[in-house]
Amino acid sequence: MDKNYNEVTGRIFNIQRFSIHDGPGVRTIIFLKGCPLRCKWCCNPEGQSYKKESMVTAGVSKLVGKDVTVGEVFEEIQRDRVYYRRSGHGGITLSGGECLAQPEFAEALLREAKRRGISTAIETTGYASMDIIRRLLPHVDTVLMDIKHMNSPKHKEFTSRENQLILENAAHIAREANQMIVRTPVIPTFNDTEQEIGDIASYAYNIGVREMHLLPYHRIGSDKYAGLGRNYEMSHISPPDKQTMQKLVNVVEEHGLKCQIGG
Amino acid sequence: MKFYTEPIEKSPRIQKLVDALYTKLPEIEADRAVLLTQSYMETEGEPIITRRAKAFRHILENIPITIRENELIVGAATKAPRGCQVFPEYSFEWLENEFDTVETRVADPFYISDKTKETLSEVYKYWKGKTTSELATSYMSDEAKTAIDHGMFTPGNYFYNGIGHVTVDYPKVLAVGFEGIIKEAKDALSALSQADADYAKRYHFLNAVIMSCEAAINYAERYSALAEEMARAETDYGRKKELEEIAYNCRRVPRHKAESFYEACQSFWFVQMLLQTESSGHSISPGRFDQYMYPYYKKDIDSGKLTRVQAQELMDCIWVKLNDLNKVRDAASAEGFAGYSLFQNLIVGGQDKNGRDATNDLSFMAITATEHVFLPQPSFSVRVWNGSPHEFLIRAAELTRTGIGFPAYYNDEVIIPSLQSRGLSLSDARDYNIIGCVEPQKAAKTDGWHDAAFFNMCRPLELVFSSGMDKGVQLGPKTQSVESMTTYEEFENAYKAQMNYFIELLVNADNAIDYAHAERCPLPFQSCMVEDCIGRGKSLQEGGAIYNFTGPQGFGIANVTDAMYAVRKLVFEDKKYTLAFFKEALENNYGKDMDTAMATKLTQQIMSSLASKGKSFTEDDIKSVYLAVKTNASDADSKKKYAALYDDIASLKKFGNDDDEIDSFAREIAYTYTKPLESYKNPRGGIFQAGLYPVSANVPLGAQTGATPDGRLAYTPIADGVSPAAGRDVKGPTAAANSVSRLDHYIASNGTLFNMKFHPSALEGRSGLESFVALVRGYFDQKGSHMQFNVVSRETLRDAQKHPEKYKSLVVRVAGYSALFTTLSKGLQEDIINRTEQQGF
Repeated sequence: MDKNYNEVTGRIFNIQRFSIHDGPGVRTIIFLKGCPLRCKWCCNPEGQSYKKESMVTAGVSKLVGKDVTVGEVFEEIQRDRVYYRRSGHGGITLSGGECLAQPEFAEALLREAKRRGISTAIETTGYASMDIIRRLLPHVDTVLMDIKHMNSPKHKEFTSRENQLILENAAHIAREANQMIVRTPVIPTFNDTEQEIGDIASYAYNIGVREMHLLPYHRIGSDKYAGLGRNYEMSHISPPDKQTMQKLVNVVEEHGLKCQIGG
Repeated sequence: MKFYTEPIEKSPRIQKLVDALYTKLPEIEADRAVLLTQSYMETEGEPIITRRAKAFRHILENIPITIRENELIVGAATKAPRGCQVFPEYSFEWLENEFDTVETRVADPFYISDKTKETLSEVYKYWKGKTTSELATSYMSDEAKTAIDHGMFTPGNYFYNGIGHVTVDYPKVLAVGFEGIIKEAKDALSALSQADADYAKRYHFLNAVIMSCEAAINYAERYSALAEEMARAETDYGRKKELEEIAYNCRRVPRHKAESFYEACQSFWFVQMLLQTESSGHSISPGRFDQYMYPYYKKDIDSGKLTRVQAQELMDCIWVKLNDLNKVRDAASAEGFAGYSLFQNLIVGGQDKNGRDATNDLSFMAITATEHVFLPQPSFSVRVWNGSPHEFLIRAAELTRTGIGFPAYYNDEVIIPSLQSRGLSLSDARDYNIIGCVEPQKAAKTDGWHDAAFFNMCRPLELVFSSGMDKGVQLGPKTQSVESMTTYEEFENAYKAQMNYFIELLVNADNAIDYAHAERCPLPFQSCMVEDCIGRGKSLQEGGAIYNFTGPQGFGIANVTDAMYAVRKLVFEDKKYTLAFFKEALENNYGKDMDTAMATKLTQQIMSSLASKGKSFTEDDIKSVYLAVKTNASDADSKKKYAALYDDIASLKKFGNDDDEIDSFAREIAYTYTKPLESYKNPRGGIFQAGLYPVSANVPLGAQTGATPDGRLAYTPIADGVSPAAGRDVKGPTAAANSVSRLDHYIASNGTLFNMKFHPSALEGRSGLESFVALVRGYFDQKGSHMQFNVVSRETLRDAQKHPEKYKSLVVRVAGYSALFTTLSKGLQEDIINRTEQQGF
């Protein structure tokens, strides 16, 4: 008999239903807690640490982080099955944090989704050992993987990690995954030039990726930093304007990739 | 079926027609009332059906007619665009009382000239004691009248106006013309024997039908003559040709069958506007326009006589004309039906009577017409079933995205079996259309009385706490005192007892009104286009239709659900509070001050009632009354205790968040209204069937309702439709939809109404449209019946409140219809802004 994946436990900080910008169709996003990167613009800072922590939202302090079983998560997931089916390829997306940082739990969620006939996606930094990634890949329909910058020092300055592991993994995933889409957050002062985006597109094309999403920087998460008692280092920058975004889309398309703004 | 899906460009004519409609405040005209009264004075003593026909004829022979600039489809009920006639045979006193305020009131103001006021005052002298509302009042039981006075329910619509709420046999008029119907009536006449028991009734009814049809034919001929005359004087060659064609059309239809798509459009329009001249009833719904117009379209397209561009322009012209009709209501009803709406529901798509998909070119062109004209009429709807073409729903979603609040989406998979359970044949049920807001029925066979009353389900709950006492009167049954209740079942039983009692009174009131319409305002013209009036030889109002219903609406399910749940949990399960304390907290509005607008309104009422008693008062008196009304008088200690209860209620589960326990609670609560109601009968031989929606009455009727145990403060709006209470659904659109789908939508066969508001960003791009369609399909898979959407940002609405002049054309979905936002009252604007705004994440 198959292992009962429903009993595997993990730590999450949110489940968001009717997500329409994180993978195809109508999706439920499971946010797993804990991430190896510390991106300065991160809109989910409460997902970075694996530890449970309190965050003040609208004046009320709340504990962020909850230990749950896969079965409990599916109580929520299965409520929107009808919408997954009606939207063609809808299903679940594991996000975070970084879902690869809780491999047992992530694998169990993905296997259970497949057992229940629900389509799967992961949203990942790709920062993990390839062995772990290979355990998950057979159960993932779509990998949405961030490539944020081709220059390693700059990558490290803004995300706290160098990019070699990420780029190597990207090449493997592109070969082995059912479908891979590269996602790049467009962050002014970090990577919003035609040169920088073009370099990413060029790399993506060379490893065999044919689709890329550009996600314009937004400030929706900025209040959370104060709520966590942390400093938001990006308060001085503004979201890129429409023309800039359109120019960058053109650059990506010139490299032979399908490109869209937003997920 | 293959169909064209690409939108056609808007002709410049259409914008000119639209602009001409909105140059002035709509005006009240007296011509119809004067002509009606003249005729009634001359026909005293004759059978009522004959008097109605003669009055209709007299009106149509003499009422001023006008062809507006640029029109291709003609026929106007008033001289001024968007004007309205009045209908003193139903009621008149309210208008006379409001002569001086109707122009300045908040909801739906109308201009009325001094001369019109004078004329109407003169006319009204005749009507004292002769109206349907006066007869209904004398038929009604005292208990029912008292219950109405105490705001338990309101049968206001049919109490003071015509019934309307019908879809007639447009296809029959297109196919045989009024000459064909006259022939049918004559054949029926010649089959009668003078010795038949009901000969007198049948004879006069059939003659009244003939007279009414002839009147319609002659009315069209007046237009033909006018068009000819205008053509002769016209110097612009293009317009001259158009007027000549109009003259030709009006000579042919609606007398004869329509020979072309253009004639079919003109014939349709005469029927549509004349129904609304015969009676003041609203929700005269065109129904399945794409189906009955299609044969005429197809024939002309195939023969090359018509291009799709021309067909689109003609449809657009009809859409404009539907906004040229108007109706003045009393101030209170105007708040309940805000937005000058006539609820002329036009629906496209869905199955044909054999169960195949019926979407065609015209279904798509109707969506385009709604985009082109971009006005509140028609109330535009689409039918959805498992076989609906995806591209059709995507196109509908594009219309939704514009923010106009159309289309409303209806689920064949629920409505068809629901109608069958009410006795409709399968093929009739499959051919349903929607009346007014959300009420399904079979066209040309039904007198549905779909808008029979609004029943406020929160009020009986208030009476549970007072054992039936209201403002010093034993209004409801003397149920067990809450202080002595020891189980939740006792509380629930008291609620059911209060509900059952007031449902009985509602039935009494509706049936009294029903008799009044049959006796005083049978409608021969309308009746000749509904089966089987001619066969049975009697009017629709006397039971001539095949299917007869009375459909009063219950609303407040979300509030009552959350309230009953709070009582069960906090009093009987957790034993944290007593019912006696609950009662005290409710009486003291949880220790909260009254909202400023409501306090102002109440102060005004108190002051004007003092003034009418001849008392004088100073500015300072007004201020102190206002403060006394607004400020909560509870002491600090009590306030603290009430606040604790209020917070505990706030932290409980609420309907609308996809929670099985509380959602199944909601299903049972809805049954306390829908189940007792279906056992009652109406005088036309039909049954009562419930709807679950308030149109916009949740705001004015909420203003008459004290605090409720769900934490709703006194006099604030009640939840709208079957939607969760405003701001309480916090888990997104799919969770809200799942909750609402757990109600029994089949038993609410007079319709349910689920409002959702979207930020435009949720529908961005093709993927936004796809997800939106999936949401509709997913809700419908779980057997929801109806869904509608407001797509507009909160900021936009706030800005429109500040700068109404910039947003004259901002259309929002109010309830079963859309209205211009700036024409709504402040209270309703706030309600719309506060409905939860769902976003895609």
